[in-house]
Amino acid sequence: MTQAVATHEAPKSFIRRYIFSTDHKVIGLQYLFLAMAAVTIGIVLSIYMRLRLAWPTERWPLLAKLFPQAMAGGTISPEFYLSLVTMHGTIMVFFVLTTAPLGGFGNYFLPIQVGAHDMAFPVLNMLSFWVTLAGFLVLLAAFFVSGGAPISGWTAYAPLSAVGEIAGPGLGMGQNLWIVSIALFCIASLLGALNFITTTLNLRTKGMSMTRLPLTVWAWFTTAVLALLAFPVLLAGGILLLLDRVAGTSFFVPAGLIVSDKILPHKGGSPLLWQHLFWFFGHPEVYIAILPGMGITSHVLSTFARKPIFGYRAMVAAIFAIGLLGFLVWGHHMFVSGMSPYSAIAFSLLTLSIGVPSAIKTFNWLATLYKAQIRFTVPMLFALGFVSIFVTGGLSGIILGQTSLDIPMHDTYFVVAHFHLIMGVAAIFGIFAGTYYWFPKMFGRMMNDALGKLHFWLTFIGIYAIFIPMHILGIAGHPRRYAETAGFDFLAPLQPIHVFITIAALVTAAAQVLFFFNFFWSIWKGRRAEINPWRATTLEWTIPSPPPHDNFGPQAPVVHHGPYEYSVPGAAEDYILQTAPPTAMKS
Amino acid sequence: MGFALALIIWAITLATVVLFAGRFWWFPEAISEHGPSIDRQFMLTLTIIGIAFVLAQATLGFFIIRYRRRGEERASYWHESRRLEILWTTVTAVVFLSLAVLGQRVWAKLHLNAPPPGALQVEVTAQQFVWNIRYPGPDGKFGRTRTELINDVDNPVGLDFTDPAARDDIVTVNQMAIPVNRDIHVILRSKDVIHSFWVPPLRMKQDAVPGLAINIHFKAVKTGQFEIACAELCGLSHHRMRGFLSVLPEPEFEAWLRQRASQ
Repeated sequence: MTQAVATHEAPKSFIRRYIFSTDHKVIGLQYLFLAMAAVTIGIVLSIYMRLRLAWPTERWPLLAKLFPQAMAGGTISPEFYLSLVTMHGTIMVFFVLTTAPLGGFGNYFLPIQVGAHDMAFPVLNMLSFWVTLAGFLVLLAAFFVSGGAPISGWTAYAPLSAVGEIAGPGLGMGQNLWIVSIALFCIASLLGALNFITTTLNLRTKGMSMTRLPLTVWAWFTTAVLALLAFPVLLAGGILLLLDRVAGTSFFVPAGLIVSDKILPHKGGSPLLWQHLFWFFGHPEVYIAILPGMGITSHVLSTFARKPIFGYRAMVAAIFAIGLLGFLVWGHHMFVSGMSPYSAIAFSLLTLSIGVPSAIKTFNWLATLYKAQIRFTVPMLFALGFVSIFVTGGLSGIILGQTSLDIPMHDTYFVVAHFHLIMGVAAIFGIFAGTYYWFPKMFGRMMNDALGKLHFWLTFIGIYAIFIPMHILGIAGHPRRYAETAGFDFLAPLQPIHVFITIAALVTAAAQVLFFFNFFWSIWKGRRAEINPWRATTLEWTIPSPPPHDNFGPQAPVVHHGPYEYSVPGAAEDYILQTAPPTAMKS
Repeated sequence: MGFALALIIWAITLATVVLFAGRFWWFPEAISEHGPSIDRQFMLTLTIIGIAFVLAQATLGFFIIRYRRRGEERASYWHESRRLEILWTTVTAVVFLSLAVLGQRVWAKLHLNAPPPGALQVEVTAQQFVWNIRYPGPDGKFGRTRTELINDVDNPVGLDFTDPAARDDIVTVNQMAIPVNRDIHVILRSKDVIHSFWVPPLRMKQDAVPGLAINIHFKAVKTGQFEIACAELCGLSHHRMRGFLSVLPEPEFEAWLRQRASQ
């Protein structure tokens, strides 16, 4: 390893340094910028959806300029609405919620926090980013091919996704591109996961025992293990689905289907097989999105509570328990699918078990705040917001995880509200907390505090205004993925809720402009950051902001302390860097 | 800052409780025999998670105010408490798993038991944006069907009339009638993609999967007309895939069936 350090020099050319870079920090930023582009598109798509839901017949000539073909006539057609549903979900789940917290922050800070000079496999790391980017571009291309983007949802249930254009618009070339995009993403995530795991296990610096790892590293590490085991299953499923579509195989298509008056030649496939493969990946994916957010929240809470994280070992155990159980609960997406009702009972019990480690984390976060000295910085506000939203979104899982209650709730807005809060918004709050927290390290400047706080208030209130009423839609029986309420007498009275949610969504989306403005303005104009502006303890705060190419220079850091030594009685400062001499604890 | 955040968290918590407790919009009244048991389990669960929700958010808000920074005073320093961890792990495990076990009762009754003998059989065949309903007719037997004979104009399920059992089958489109207070055994099929049979007042939802015949059973105990919605994304008119369910007194149901048979 020391040899590798010796040859670790910054490349001279712009292209090798910033474009095809093997530096984990540049790659981390590339992932972050990709996620920012993706989230912008994802939010815009959701605004189109919200407008359609609130005012289904309204014409939007200005908005139609972005999608001249799909919105010919200026209205959002039901089929275009479903394309928006599909693309919003796919972009957000893969290219935002997986890309930013793991690919972005994980790449940038995991090597630094373990005291390494780079990832274990820098070239693989670069490849992983570029394959992800290719996947993203292929996905976007689906909007522009004949038939448009697929209408089968981000879950792409077969046979709807398997039998081609006769089943509906966008299910021809658009669906093919969707599958290729997801397959590329799977490959990229595999490469990334190998890197994270190897780096954590092999490149820890002297003194950085596993029990001294920051909880962020534990979260990224576990997430990478999940990705390593989950993405290959989706990749296999995607390949089989593509074969069903283009090579005439019948993995997911049973015999005797009649679509648009045409008898299909397929024989012997099982639509439920796709659901098993998809959710075997899909449920761990929820934890892939949220675990890094849990890690960041723990990290930020401890920093600004000025207290050691409460129950470090319990937190690590809970991360592991969530990761393990996360692989055993996929069937709760399939209670009413026609799957055996006996396995539904097993999946239900396992699902409610996963609530236990999640509750442990919440208790430990609250216990961390007990008798703290809380600093209300912007990252801390988002971490506190994360705890609040995690509780709210998690508790409704206790309803959905019960077989009998899932009968009325399945595939309604109750589910939409639940997973947006727990995996979407909570994860996004983790990303925001991470961005405000690490921005000074990444760019050497502080983000604007007042703008950041305004961004927090509007987002926190807006998110609740959007998603709490959404539960009520589901309780009233409103199925998800409906382009309007007009078709059913029992849905029509719910329309005012849709209007309210849309207004809340417009305000919340507008508030995100504050974030983007603050981000880019601060890169150039922000106040200069010190090495350790938050007076935090972990290794990234021992090196310059932004860190040099090889992070620590020729001298590898030596770690003497755990990651969260705040307010140690008798110590000179209220924080002890992990690299501080052993005597710092006593002084 | 701490005060403002705590107040907002409390205000949101209060608004949420009011929205759920006020029931301004809520479940439609249950009309099935098992419906009230689902509703009771829902209310039990909602009450428990509601209490957990209020306690957690109230505590969060309280800690935010109480433990906001005060001068240069240091925070307390401790790392863990095994007793606390064991306590809250045990409590949540007991509560969550008890709910999971309780939640299985209705499920077991609906899905682990076969449809009771003597139940009225109705076959529901979903296709893109239509519900085809078939009754076995006076002989009580569903006749043979063949995919090649399917014709949306006059033979939507592909009845094979060379089979005598098929000749008295009664087929309707989007119109399903059932007698009140009698067990109903629905055989769910699909011709094309996955759909989901969803009647909110029945508290019954089940996917219709091509290639499978899925059996469900229920008993409606109130008469009236209700809507059948599709709950699984099935294509561009998913949101308009609407059928009607009439729950009729037995004599009216028989009359309805006779009238359909004569058409």
